[in-house]
Amino acid sequence: MQLNKNIAISDSGFIFNPSTGDSFSTNPVGLEIIRLLRENKKKDAIIKELTGRFSIDDSTAEKDLSDFLLVLRNYQLLNDHE
Amino acid sequence: MSNLTYERPFIQKLNTGTMNKFGTRTEYAPVTHLESVPVKRIVADYGSPCFVISERQIRKNYQDAVRAFKTRYPKVQFAWSYKTNYLDAVCNIFHQEGSWAEVVSIFEYRKALNNGVPGNKIIFNGPDKSAADLELAVDNNSLIHIDHFDELYELAALLQASKKKARVAIRVNMDTGVYPMWDRFGFNYENGQAWNAITKIMSQQEMELVGLHCHIGTYMLSAAAYGTAAWKLCDLAVNIKTKWNKSLQYLDLGGGFASANTLKGSYLQGADVIPSIDDYAEAITSTILNSAIRQNELPMLILETGRALVDDAAWLVGSVVATKRLSDGRRATIMDFGVNLLFTAFWYNHKVSPAQEFSHHTEDMVLYGPLCMNIDVIRDSVNLPLLNKGDHVVVHKVGAYNMTQWMQFIQMRPKIIIIDMEGKTHIVRESESLETMLRYEKRPDHLSQSSL
Repeated sequence: MQLNKNIAISDSGFIFNPSTGDSFSTNPVGLEIIRLLRENKKKDAIIKELTGRFSIDDSTAEKDLSDFLLVLRNYQLLNDHE
Repeated sequence: MSNLTYERPFIQKLNTGTMNKFGTRTEYAPVTHLESVPVKRIVADYGSPCFVISERQIRKNYQDAVRAFKTRYPKVQFAWSYKTNYLDAVCNIFHQEGSWAEVVSIFEYRKALNNGVPGNKIIFNGPDKSAADLELAVDNNSLIHIDHFDELYELAALLQASKKKARVAIRVNMDTGVYPMWDRFGFNYENGQAWNAITKIMSQQEMELVGLHCHIGTYMLSAAAYGTAAWKLCDLAVNIKTKWNKSLQYLDLGGGFASANTLKGSYLQGADVIPSIDDYAEAITSTILNSAIRQNELPMLILETGRALVDDAAWLVGSVVATKRLSDGRRATIMDFGVNLLFTAFWYNHKVSPAQEFSHHTEDMVLYGPLCMNIDVIRDSVNLPLLNKGDHVVVHKVGAYNMTQWMQFIQMRPKIIIIDMEGKTHIVRESESLETMLRYEKRPDHLSQSSL
């Protein structure tokens, strides 16, 4: 699970993928997850970060993260090569 | 850094190039209160889902409609269309305002009597009236609107046998330039069937022809069609006057005025395309006033408006059961109400509003109901803020037909409450329970139990 390396990310949540020309917008929690992915954080570590920073429980964080990763894969922002 | 506000992670692809002249912003704003009542309190006190009716809006709609007609025509009478919403509380608001009752079955007829409507102020429409139904209507001096020749001859035989008299009208169907033409009800104008029925009635001493009735369709987007209908009824009325020197007491133009809901497949929002009540009123009254009917013999104008008077006077409050992602990446949101409660979701794109604050992010989604049936879709595609399990939503303009056409299927039907003129809430129909369902079941002895 790795965020594609050449993706540009702005502080406001604007994301640009130069390899496809697609651009995206994300909300603050989505931006946080993308930053953590860029730091090569694994799923468990991301969940821990999210539950530490936001007032949510483990199961909500896990459920929402799984769904978000699925969308990132669909948008070709994430690949499964280790 | 703990306790930051959490919103489900969301990412949206930005599309450029294809411009939309209507803009891309959604119209959605949170609806946290219905009139002055918090949605949260409604859910806490009455459960979710829950239908909520506004007494204030019903009275306003009625008074506006009456004003539109009475400022144009001297004799106007509304008759509340029971099938649109026959909750006693709703019917009695209309009756308190002066509306008669318009019913299409003996069940509705008895409901009107039970609500204290005098028999002579009940209009009995519909294709299915038994001999016993007709006898009751005759005894109560109700206005019997004959739908077909079988009914006409049955009523004639019944009256001859009982030596009683009945006040009758015929329902006339006609080409008003609108498709589909509703020719399954009543007698056709163009092919002479209506005139034949009138001739038969005029030959019966026991029947008094007091009016003519038509109901040209439902959710009619053309006010001009009502002008055509009124003209054809006036033509029959003038011919009756010419041939038998008889002036009719009333012309009943039926119902079918559109509400502001948006039909599926409509390019524009319902509110932008429907005629106003004034448009309908102008088309009908100007036609009658300009007809060959003499001013001193103008018949009373009866209207059986249903949908346009009650649709926007009710909401459905519901909650999110779950959210999931479909195989093609679309968001799916499962609500605790479906087509079992929202029958009109089959033909309307109902407006759905979240009942709590949300961020500016929105996503396209499919709104499903809770039924384990593929047909249970409330909106095929709707753009809404990020919804989570337990969030509440408000569905708008659900007052017409849903509370009569709803079905007890898989789920039981919920409470209906009304917000009165002072903002107080009252239950007008209790939620169903297992006992409600079992009350009507019988178990033969050999099927009374099983052992697995």
